[in-house]
Amino acid sequence: MTMKRYTIALGAMLAVGVTGVAGTAAAKVEGDTIILGSSISLTGKYATNGLHTQRGYDYAVKVINEAGGVKVGGKSYKLAVKYYDDESTPARGAQLAERLIQQDGVEYMLGPYSSGMTKAIAPVSEKFGVPMVEAEGASRSLFTQGYKYLFAVLSTSEQYLATAIDMAADSTSDPSSIKVALAFEGDPFSMDVRAGVVDKIKEYNMKVVIDDQLPADLSDMSTTLTKAKAIKPDILIVSGHSKGAATAARQIDEMKVNVPMIAMTHCEAAKVQEKFPNASTGFLCPTQWVETLSKSDPMFGSAAEWNAGFKGDNPSYSSVPYQSAQASAAVYVFKEAFEAANSFDKDAVRDAISAVEMETFYGDIKFSENGNNIAKPMFMRQIGSDGSYKLVEKFGDMAFPRNVKY
Amino acid sequence: MLDNLQLLFVWAPVINIQIILEGIFVGAVFALSAYGLALVWGVMNIKNLAQGDFVIMGGYMALALTAADIPLALILLIVITAMFIYGWIVYVVMIRRIIDQDMFVSLLATFGLSLLMQQVMNLIFGPEVRTVDMELPVYDFFDNMVTIPSSKIISLFLAAVIATCVVIFMKKSRTGQAIRATAQDPRAARVLGIDTDRVYAFTFAFNAALCGAAGVLVSIIWVIQPFYGITYSVRSFAIVTAAGLGNLPGVISAAFGIGLFEKYTGIILGTAYEVAAPVSILLLVLIWRQISMRRNRQVVK
Repeated sequence: MTMKRYTIALGAMLAVGVTGVAGTAAAKVEGDTIILGSSISLTGKYATNGLHTQRGYDYAVKVINEAGGVKVGGKSYKLAVKYYDDESTPARGAQLAERLIQQDGVEYMLGPYSSGMTKAIAPVSEKFGVPMVEAEGASRSLFTQGYKYLFAVLSTSEQYLATAIDMAADSTSDPSSIKVALAFEGDPFSMDVRAGVVDKIKEYNMKVVIDDQLPADLSDMSTTLTKAKAIKPDILIVSGHSKGAATAARQIDEMKVNVPMIAMTHCEAAKVQEKFPNASTGFLCPTQWVETLSKSDPMFGSAAEWNAGFKGDNPSYSSVPYQSAQASAAVYVFKEAFEAANSFDKDAVRDAISAVEMETFYGDIKFSENGNNIAKPMFMRQIGSDGSYKLVEKFGDMAFPRNVKY
Repeated sequence: MLDNLQLLFVWAPVINIQIILEGIFVGAVFALSAYGLALVWGVMNIKNLAQGDFVIMGGYMALALTAADIPLALILLIVITAMFIYGWIVYVVMIRRIIDQDMFVSLLATFGLSLLMQQVMNLIFGPEVRTVDMELPVYDFFDNMVTIPSSKIISLFLAAVIATCVVIFMKKSRTGQAIRATAQDPRAARVLGIDTDRVYAFTFAFNAALCGAAGVLVSIIWVIQPFYGITYSVRSFAIVTAAGLGNLPGVISAAFGIGLFEKYTGIILGTAYEVAAPVSILLLVLIWRQISMRRNRQVVK
């Protein structure tokens, strides 16, 4: 008995030697379990979404473990996540990240919820050279800092409405004839979204006929819409969080705006399909993921299968938020990276993550040099006349022009 | 900017009608809250920074009452009564104590009240943008270039009715006369047997009721959110500064003027400058007053 344990220990040490890992091996991989760490918002203003994220992580861990876990050096390892509650405050998040790394010896991190929290934690994981795969921070500014250990599976904010421009371009044989109307709030998120749209507009050489910045306390955008009615653009793009979507939908309704394509962020959050069922018909709304997506992988199956499995584990959801889906995808990236690196060395794992190229139920994943996922597009959904959201992957799927009878 | 000017005067001059109408609708609502501010300012020298939050509070009351399927006219009455009572309570609890203090105390205290009201509304109604959708028809003219929602016509009509009532009330009723007397000279009013404390309380409550009425109109024609109050406060201040105190026709014309100025700024310079428009008027008026008063300044001999 003692002899056998001794042999195993010796074997493990040898394996460690072979794979080139030294020092704190015991902390990050305990026995046959790989410990991932995450500080996540379980209380405070992000609590709801933090919980969606945590459930996504947990579901992925369960599925991967049941399927045999992660195979490294010919041995199977289970995954486990160590959580701390960051109380939705960035300073606490940074503290907890440091504690996870320094005291608990965690060497692989899963991201927190929101861009702001990720911004607070990324410098810490970067300082200690700990790879972090995050699923909930979309701000472009996260990927302009030159971080080497930060990877995000979701599409960044400048991709939110860029697809709409692609679709507008496909609506005609001469994209440069398209007239675009832009109405964006001046906050960092909306400006990120705008930057992506403007890049696309330049690419197609389209003409911007209206370019209005909306104020933060926005309750009336009738002047922008009056202009839109007079100039008759081919596409109107609005982004200003929920309040922007609500104000726009209300006044589009009231002013009978007949632009053939209208795209805006936060349709779901503002519930425009419920409050303005008539005017919101044909709105294009971006989302990170949809359960009807035609992508799949050997671990979770198709998007619909992941959705069904997740619902089975968490019956409280009537419809699953995309935050959970992308959280699962982040865990999956770690599994692939461990196996590709065939090692627990954090730099080897980091390099393996950056080389990941895979199709998942969540969409394709491939990281740019800056760590953002460049393979997955933002998905567009269009609101139907019955208030339903329908996935539109290309221009052909779309109801065009918007068919509204005011 | 040049494009926008061309649009206005060459390509589609018909949209001027839409902009002027929007300006009038905006002005009508502002006139109510601005007159309330002028009243409180003139009578008791309180500069109420929570003015806009009273408006938003009225809006949320309307929202809650609409959910209970109560007709608009009744909603207006209920909100006016409830806000009157609320205004009276605020006077007794807070304003009475700061009435003789200097300007900064009243600014600080009402600013505190404004923050408190915002947070309480945020707690009760949540931070989402809300609106009362009356599902009334929208009329369109000139090949759909000009659209007028019935809700805006109704709100304009209601604003006119309320303003008329206020004028008659201030001119004819005993309380109205007492308010005007107190505004002119509180000491003389007291000597003549007017209970100025009661007049103050009534004026403040009356202001809250006017704001509440404006709030009801705001909620049916635009959207409300707990933190939107500040824009209404700023506009009220701009209007009152331009029009002077205790002058209802002046306040109404200034309100329409600022409404139009705001809308034209929006269309020519962009929506972002719409909020800046009333503030720039405020600045211009102050500078102009400064210059015109210098002419009359004399050395005391």
